[in-house]
Amino acid sequence: METNQHSYNFSEQFDFSGKPKTWSLIAILIGVIAIVYGFVFNGSERTFANLLLMSYYLACVCAAGTCFLAIQYVTQSGWSAGMIRVPQAFSSVLPIASLILLGICVAGLFSHNLYHHWYGEGLVDPESPNFDPLISGKSGYLNAPGFLLREVVLMGAYSFFAVMLAKFSYNEDLEGGMNSYKKSFKYSTFFLVIFGFTSPLWIFDTIMSLEAHWFSTMFGWYNFAALWVSGLCAITLTIILLKKAGYMSWINENHLHDMGKLIYGFSIFWCYVWFAQFMLIWYANMPEETVYFYKRWEPEYKPWFWLNIIINFVAPILILVNRSWVRNPKVLAGVCIMLLLGHWLDYYLMIMPGTVEENRGFGLTEIGMAVGFAGLFAFLMLNRLSKHSLAPQNHPFIEESLHHQI
Amino acid sequence: MSTIKYILGSFGDPDEMMHGIDKLQENNIAIYDVFTPMPIHGIEAKLGVPPSRLPIVAFLCGLLGFTLGFSLLYYTMVYDWPMNIGGKPAFAMPNFVPVTFEVTILITALGMVSVFFFRNHLFPGRAPRVMDFRATNDRFVIAIDAQENTDHTKIESLLKEAGAIDVLHNERKYVSYE
Repeated sequence: METNQHSYNFSEQFDFSGKPKTWSLIAILIGVIAIVYGFVFNGSERTFANLLLMSYYLACVCAAGTCFLAIQYVTQSGWSAGMIRVPQAFSSVLPIASLILLGICVAGLFSHNLYHHWYGEGLVDPESPNFDPLISGKSGYLNAPGFLLREVVLMGAYSFFAVMLAKFSYNEDLEGGMNSYKKSFKYSTFFLVIFGFTSPLWIFDTIMSLEAHWFSTMFGWYNFAALWVSGLCAITLTIILLKKAGYMSWINENHLHDMGKLIYGFSIFWCYVWFAQFMLIWYANMPEETVYFYKRWEPEYKPWFWLNIIINFVAPILILVNRSWVRNPKVLAGVCIMLLLGHWLDYYLMIMPGTVEENRGFGLTEIGMAVGFAGLFAFLMLNRLSKHSLAPQNHPFIEESLHHQI
Repeated sequence: MSTIKYILGSFGDPDEMMHGIDKLQENNIAIYDVFTPMPIHGIEAKLGVPPSRLPIVAFLCGLLGFTLGFSLLYYTMVYDWPMNIGGKPAFAMPNFVPVTFEVTILITALGMVSVFFFRNHLFPGRAPRVMDFRATNDRFVIAIDAQENTDHTKIESLLKEAGAIDVLHNERKYVSYE
């Protein structure tokens, strides 16, 4: 078959100026104001909880970009070749996102605003009045040096693979040939094995240890599902917005339909792991486990607890089951925005009961910081995206991607 | 009346076959079916093949599975022999979810496979029926109902023009009853 029978301009680049740049900078400014406002009016604990929420969300979405890339390389997928630059841009932001998350973890830990369930004066000292036998038993693993070491090593490893995968693809543009693709394949297999086995540890440390007395082995998978769905939504939304601005004409409703199917499937998977965790704890009814859901069934969290299931499971299932709706960019973009907000709520319900507990709040701090981090992500990601052409023109499967049809 | 039932145009190249479909459609000759050894993108839209009704079967089988799974649980856990498990009420919804879910999936999967096999005459012991053997190997075959389209010479010349290697005039629909 002859190649290059198409009339697409693969060397087109995203022009990061004008409205996207202005609005993302304004959003960052709103975020900064919200952080200051939070520290002044809402107290440092609530502000730190929000900072952790948003920086964790940011790191998760970027890591989901790397995961998406690695899965496409390992499965040697052709359909996604034309849109691979978007998850690559996500991936390139992971090192910065990791540094931000690390900074907030360190600051939160040592200022006792976060992780005070297991890090505090005398918690592991049998002589102290604050002695906590449960935490003391876990201190072999859950201690400040170990926590920080794991955060640095794990996020460092993910960032390394994220940067390398993006770099190989950019080299491919210049050199052509199969060399970069083969290297990407090799690095992707290593990344998936490492990420698959260690991401639960990273998630246990970062989020689950906020309530250190409780534990759940499902928690890693549950968070991975949230990470993956929100990442897919962010990728899809970015592509739809780029198309709306006139870029990426080679991506059509078939590619978006496949993204929609992934979002649909993994929304079910998210609910599956959510329910698997919930039902076992509910049925066994052991106090040290039910405490987690007990807190979330207190009046200040219960409506949000149920809304979480509706927004992240029921709504996408009912909307995305319809073929003509998934193939409609407007409907799909709406679902993506809903799920991105939904997984914010999901993270909110994971983090808040372990930090601010019944002094939960939802106001300018929460909204402003969410806007700020969204702006930060948009700024960093679009800046990366604008540096290279929007199509990996020497990707071996680019031709297959153009003919994708379902 | 001619004894020819079907005219088969056998192509060596999918692009030539697609060209042949265009030619026939321009001349208002109805195409009975097209057989290809591999999926060809866009051919369903071109031939006006309606979307598969298998999803409807899936939905109905899902409903059946849901009802069966739920009834099984309700009968055993609530009606026939209620037990006190961990102090939970006999009719406790969360523990109904996994079994109902699994039975729904099971009946849906089995039902879809059975209906698919039934509709395609693929059940065990059945000799497969094909109109042209080479359509499963290296040929792209357009079948035209010869009883409905009577101008056989025109059909043959159109197919040849489009690049057909062979044009068969078959008196039997299928070649493989044996």
